[in-house]
Amino acid sequence: MSSEVVVASGGLDCHLLSGCGFPAPGAEIFLFDEIAAFTIGSLEFGITKVTILLFVAVFLILGFFIYAFRKPKLVPRGAQNVGEMGYLFIRDGIARDTMGKEGDKFVPFLFSFFFLVWLTNFMGIVPFAQIPVTSIFAIPVAFALIVYVTWVPIGIYRQGFFGFFKNLLFPPGVPKAMYILLAPLEFLSNLIVRPATHAIRLFANMFAGHLLIATFSIAAFYLLSASVIGLLGSAASFTVAIALTGFEALIQALQAYIFTLLAAVYIAGAINPEH
Amino acid sequence: MINVFAAAQASVLAAGGEGAEEMPSVLAVPVDELIIGIIAFLIVFGGLAKFALPNIKKTLAERADAIEGGIERAAKAEAEANALAEQYREQMAAAREEAASIRTQAQSDRAAIIEEARAEARAAAQTVTAQAEAQLAADRSQATAALTHQIGELAVTLAGKVVGQSLSDDARVRQTVEEFISDLERQASGSTQGSAQ
Repeated sequence: MSSEVVVASGGLDCHLLSGCGFPAPGAEIFLFDEIAAFTIGSLEFGITKVTILLFVAVFLILGFFIYAFRKPKLVPRGAQNVGEMGYLFIRDGIARDTMGKEGDKFVPFLFSFFFLVWLTNFMGIVPFAQIPVTSIFAIPVAFALIVYVTWVPIGIYRQGFFGFFKNLLFPPGVPKAMYILLAPLEFLSNLIVRPATHAIRLFANMFAGHLLIATFSIAAFYLLSASVIGLLGSAASFTVAIALTGFEALIQALQAYIFTLLAAVYIAGAINPEH
Repeated sequence: MINVFAAAQASVLAAGGEGAEEMPSVLAVPVDELIIGIIAFLIVFGGLAKFALPNIKKTLAERADAIEGGIERAAKAEAEANALAEQYREQMAAAREEAASIRTQAQSDRAAIIEEARAEARAAAQTVTAQAEAQLAADRSQATAALTHQIGELAVTLAGKVVGQSLSDDARVRQTVEEFISDLERQASGSTQGSAQ
């Protein structure tokens, strides 16, 4: 963990036998001091470490893919090969799987989401960065909001205003009387809970993962003391922290995939409302 | 997680007074962070959609086209080769047929030529035979005429000697001799006719 967390969690002298309780990490490890701030209109923008990491991710993605696809060859090599794997994964594995041939139009949208979410998740295990940008709730909310304001207008455009709400709130194949119960539930589930869970799923996974790694890292530091139990515990905690880092790498990619896949499923539902 | 919810509850409780400065909630969604998140996505989306992804989309389409085109070209070349082989085979068969017919024609021609030559030779032989026969006949009649004349003269001379006077320039004698000879000839021809019968 970064030193600021250690300091925030009890200081460098806080060890097992120094008469200091275990400084369990809490919500404070997700709060960062503003490095800079500026105001546009009446809104103050605070620049923190997380903001910087977010834009590092943005420019890494843009830099890599614009470089990889600057002069694409029919026979790919190097960066183009890697980029193409990503592109085909999104196009065939997500867009076409959910929407068929029509999904090709949404590849740039889904592609951007997958790599932005993945890389901002990945910041959690990059040395010195070590905070998943998506564990800051506003970021997944922003992403889920973009998806929400994409699929709802698409649904209205494709099915008409009344058609869209009819398909959304009155699923076919249900006794008419049930609609009294079903329509409000569908409204709640599709238009309110859906975007909320979309954001919270990503946020909670990254938040919990980061908290786990932080806890075991602090434990490894805290237990480092002149006692057998302390040394063994420290070594075990350190091992677990390393293992969790590997596990997180998997979760980060998986959550990026799930977030993108859900976005594709929502758009697919707006295009073809037959489920 | 308990911490989180505790903090969230604390912030909800404190939300009335907007005084959560010492411990802001992790579930808070500050508008500036929200806008920054949206802007970050829009930059990625705009940049990729404009500068990166159209290139690769085009290349992938070109590659698919090249592969499909290659297969198509190969199929076309194969069909062409098959057609050529078929055509060659047909030509071979036609040539073989033609050769056979030429051979047959030559054989019949040879027979005809031989027949013709034979007929010609036969005609030539006949002509030569006829000429020789005609010549022979002419020679014979000439010899007969000459002999008849000489025999006449000889007979006159002989008769003159027997009679003791010259009869040679007497027209009458001559006529008698000639009559005698033509009698002889008549007899000869009558005897030959008789023998031929």
